[in-house]
Amino acid sequence: MLSREEVLHIAYLARLELTEEEIEEYRKQLSAILDYFERLKEVDTEGIPPTASVLPPRTVLREDEPQQGLSREELLANAPDVEDGQFRVPPVLDW
Amino acid sequence: MTAYEAVIGLEIHIQLNTRSKIFCSCSADPWLAEPNTHICPVCTGHPGVLPVLNRAAVEKALRLALALDARVAPVSYFARKNYFYPDLPKGYQISQYDQPLATGGALPLEDGRRIRIHRLHLEEDAGKTRREAGRRYIDFNRCGVPLIELVTEPDLRSPEEAAQFLERLRQLVRWLDVSKGHMERGHIRCDVNVSVRPKGSTALGQKTEIKNVNLIDLMRPAVEQEIRRQIEVLEAGGEIEPWTLEWDEHARVLRKMRGKETEADYRYFREPDLLPLEIDRAWLDEIAASLPELPWERAKRFQEEYGLTEYDARVLTGERALADYFEAAVQAYRGPAKAVANLVINQVLRLMNEQKLTWEDLRVTPARLAAMLQLVDAGVIHKNALKKLVPLVQARDQDPKAIVEAEGLAQMQDTAALEALCARIVAEHPEEAAKYRAGKTGLLGWFVGQVMRETRGRANPKEVQAILRRLLEG
Repeated sequence: MLSREEVLHIAYLARLELTEEEIEEYRKQLSAILDYFERLKEVDTEGIPPTASVLPPRTVLREDEPQQGLSREELLANAPDVEDGQFRVPPVLDW
Repeated sequence: MTAYEAVIGLEIHIQLNTRSKIFCSCSADPWLAEPNTHICPVCTGHPGVLPVLNRAAVEKALRLALALDARVAPVSYFARKNYFYPDLPKGYQISQYDQPLATGGALPLEDGRRIRIHRLHLEEDAGKTRREAGRRYIDFNRCGVPLIELVTEPDLRSPEEAAQFLERLRQLVRWLDVSKGHMERGHIRCDVNVSVRPKGSTALGQKTEIKNVNLIDLMRPAVEQEIRRQIEVLEAGGEIEPWTLEWDEHARVLRKMRGKETEADYRYFREPDLLPLEIDRAWLDEIAASLPELPWERAKRFQEEYGLTEYDARVLTGERALADYFEAAVQAYRGPAKAVANLVINQVLRLMNEQKLTWEDLRVTPARLAAMLQLVDAGVIHKNALKKLVPLVQARDQDPKAIVEAEGLAQMQDTAALEALCARIVAEHPEEAAKYRAGKTGLLGWFVGQVMRETRGRANPKEVQAILRRLLEG
């Protein structure tokens, strides 16, 4: 079972504030997810090389041609706070 | 008292001069662009999009790796570095972690000592946060601009060496056309790891990290200050703590930064949206074959082939365009390369500096430069006239010969006329002539000056001097 401190640390990394109920709830849920992955350890992988991808090991490269992307209006359309063509964010994020 | 030595390593981010970003087709030159105008769903982290790697970014990173003699990994991987900050819209930066593009290699300092490279990898830049009157504004233009991160081994031993390394790396990336290398625009950003140890020891002391030493002139004051602080702490029996420091330009002191997240907090894992980056052997060979002669190799050749001093050779290889210009002028001139070097360094570079010219703006072509030197050799103009001629060639975009004729810059070839003029000058100044004859021979220069003024600099000063001496002493 994950500790309360571990849950709080993970929340801090995502800059989330959790209520007491949420801490307890996520402690259970996150632990259940980790336990589920633990089951992978039951598979015998003796002699099998680690696999990071099952796709052919060759990435596709793109030519260096610039193209117009989104308009600024489209980009900012869903932002909660906008000023001078920029996103405005709360200074509290500087913690 | 114990003698200490500093141990310094650098972590440098280099902004590549590709046309488009590393994982999308937005323009990669956000300098002076209106905020949030070089953006698309990929670089602003919209759901459901996929990154596609830019071939030019890989090629430029390979050029630098090969120039540094690093080992290029046949297969390398991208990874996600997870952290939460408003100018990072995806919540992670795509970087390389456990299998970087290249490892090893070295960059030589001026004295030839090789500073080893630990690793070199590709990653994307984050956006920009602008702070203004307590507000925070986010501009995503820089999100996804390609960067090379280069980490050195802790081989540097002084702030001067660290500054020199940075300067030479800047020279190299510009030389290789990998980056524009404008430090004041943040194209090269440097973090410095500093520790000290008793001289002779081979153990590494606890290090601290100085963030954002982004100007070469900042290296010396910042690193010197930290070395002094660490020695004081150790001398007082204290221990160095692993601080992260930041230069406060206003107070000109280093300040401790907030606690950083630790490596484990970044929760690196392989980027599932990108396949492994396999470097084709033939492509790598092709890039290696296309690498230019490196600046320090070229400087050495300039000394050997053209008999230049070490200083002149270093100045003339500061930029590839300059070295090319110099060599083109030498070939066109066919006379002593030293004369070309002097003219380029003393006149052309000064002119470019004063008028803020780029190489594209320069009208004093290598052929015109050679023509000017040939006019001097043929005795048509005196070499002192070059100072006047170079800016005129630039301003009028004409051949030197035409300007010499139009401006009457040619030396007076008529010796009889010159003799007559000298005689007149002496006759018009009986007092000075008498003083000269009474032993005040320093006045000769004054007489020469009078004649040069009358001829508007067109007389050969040596000839004038000889005539005057004969007239005054005869």
